[in-house]
Amino acid sequence: MGTGAGSIVEFDNVGLRYGTDREVLSDVSFTLYPGSFYFLTGASGAGKTSMLKLLYCAQRPSRGVVRMFGNDMITLPRQRLPEVRRRIGVVFQDFRLVPHLNAFDNIALPLRIAGMSEREIAKPVADMLEWVGLDQRADAHPATLSGGEQQRVAIARAVIARPEMLVADEPTGNVDPEMAVKLLRLFEALNRLGTTVVVATHDVHLLRKVPDSLIMRLDKGRLSDPTGALRYPPRREGMPR
Amino acid sequence: MLGRLFESAGRLMPGEAARLLPQARIGGPMPWVIAIMVALTVIAAAAALALDNVAENARSEIAGGITVQVVEGAPAERARQTQAALAFLETDPRVTEVHQVPQEELSQLLEPWLGAGAVDDDAMATPSLIDAQLDGEVSAQMLSSLRAEMAKVAPAAQIDAQANWLGPVFDALRSLKLLALGLVALLALTAAAAVWLAARTALGSNRDTIEVIHHLGGTDGQIAAIFQRSVGIDAVIGGVAGLLLGLAAVMVLGAQFAALGSGLVAGGGLSLGDWGLLLAVPVIALVLAMITARATVLTALRRKL
Repeated sequence: MGTGAGSIVEFDNVGLRYGTDREVLSDVSFTLYPGSFYFLTGASGAGKTSMLKLLYCAQRPSRGVVRMFGNDMITLPRQRLPEVRRRIGVVFQDFRLVPHLNAFDNIALPLRIAGMSEREIAKPVADMLEWVGLDQRADAHPATLSGGEQQRVAIARAVIARPEMLVADEPTGNVDPEMAVKLLRLFEALNRLGTTVVVATHDVHLLRKVPDSLIMRLDKGRLSDPTGALRYPPRREGMPR
Repeated sequence: MLGRLFESAGRLMPGEAARLLPQARIGGPMPWVIAIMVALTVIAAAAALALDNVAENARSEIAGGITVQVVEGAPAERARQTQAALAFLETDPRVTEVHQVPQEELSQLLEPWLGAGAVDDDAMATPSLIDAQLDGEVSAQMLSSLRAEMAKVAPAAQIDAQANWLGPVFDALRSLKLLALGLVALLALTAAAAVWLAARTALGSNRDTIEVIHHLGGTDGQIAAIFQRSVGIDAVIGGVAGLLLGLAAVMVLGAQFAALGSGLVAGGGLSLGDWGLLLAVPVIALVLAMITARATVLTALRRKL
């Protein structure tokens, strides 16, 4: 594990278990730096989703130390979790769009939660819809959108508030290869704007599509470091950007 | 307080809260449940207030009242002692008003039980009755002193405070009033329980959306505000409907009791302040519903991360 200076996320010997079952994550230690692009890989059941849950504060670890944006997530009071969550954008594997809201309102949700007025919301949401190529589908409800369109709405919702970190769980799992590449380009564009991106995928072909990315590999709940992503400074040049 | 409640409900997403969680809009039976609760509460509260007024009016009317019965079999002696008792009362400084109940009135009072013409000194002797009003309430000490002095001029005279006769009536009125107030409390509890149940159900049916809002950085307070606002709308609709129903029932019942023409019941009319209290029932129901909804949602959310 690095020194943690300038990091946004630090995991130190983290373990996670659900109830009294065996640990799904064991002795996980790593540091994420601002502006980096990480792939989290591993076979199904390796613990990727559990790791992401820790990253987007849906779960507290059973042991170890987790620090995010300077906060100790073990001791952080529950009422302060929203302020940390607002710095993180999440793309869920199953999108989790609000079914009764149209594309515009789904994308606007984080801004409304942040307390922005309708006047302040209109333009950024319209811009975001255009950015993901759905400006003609603003009024469409999730049920009438294709899988790819839903995916793009979910991504737009995750990034609309310009999060410091984007966490995406199998974001290309439900779309065709062409759309998968297109979505990755969206993530790269966001990454170039300074957002740390963590994409969980079991698709090894995807890793080659983002040349500057770093890889964290999970195997039966334990983390390995094939590219040196978890060391600091990272082995690849240009990281962090 | 109400303003603050609405303010906190509306702060999150003006105009958007209800759209965010449409199923949080409890709708359906909730306005009707609140309407029925408010209507019943208005009727029960009106009953409690009316009974209180009846008791208060009767108490003030008879507070200083005494009744003197001259119980003497011989008509001539009864008449003599009656005159002596009247004379004594008229000169006593504690007495402000004296009135002998006429024999005809007495006969009319007894007629339903004894039949017409049965009240006759030849057939059955009846006591003479004198109503008197004292200056101030009748105390046991005053009653004892009057009895002692009266015994000297009219030994057959028996003096009773009117308040003592009506003691059981007052007790019954007090019990009825307490029952009505108990009903008001029970109805408030039932309304709160109905809101609690509805809020829990709405929370369950919106679990996924609530989870998403949490993940996007939404606070418990923001989520609670959505439910609070929704319940508030239901409570306003139900409260107004219930108030109208309740007031209509109170007015119909009031008119029917007024038609009885009984002095005791006539004292149960509602004052302006009483009507004001009845109008406050839906407002109290609204506040109660919103507080219950907020507390229910916050308690349930606290169990989640």
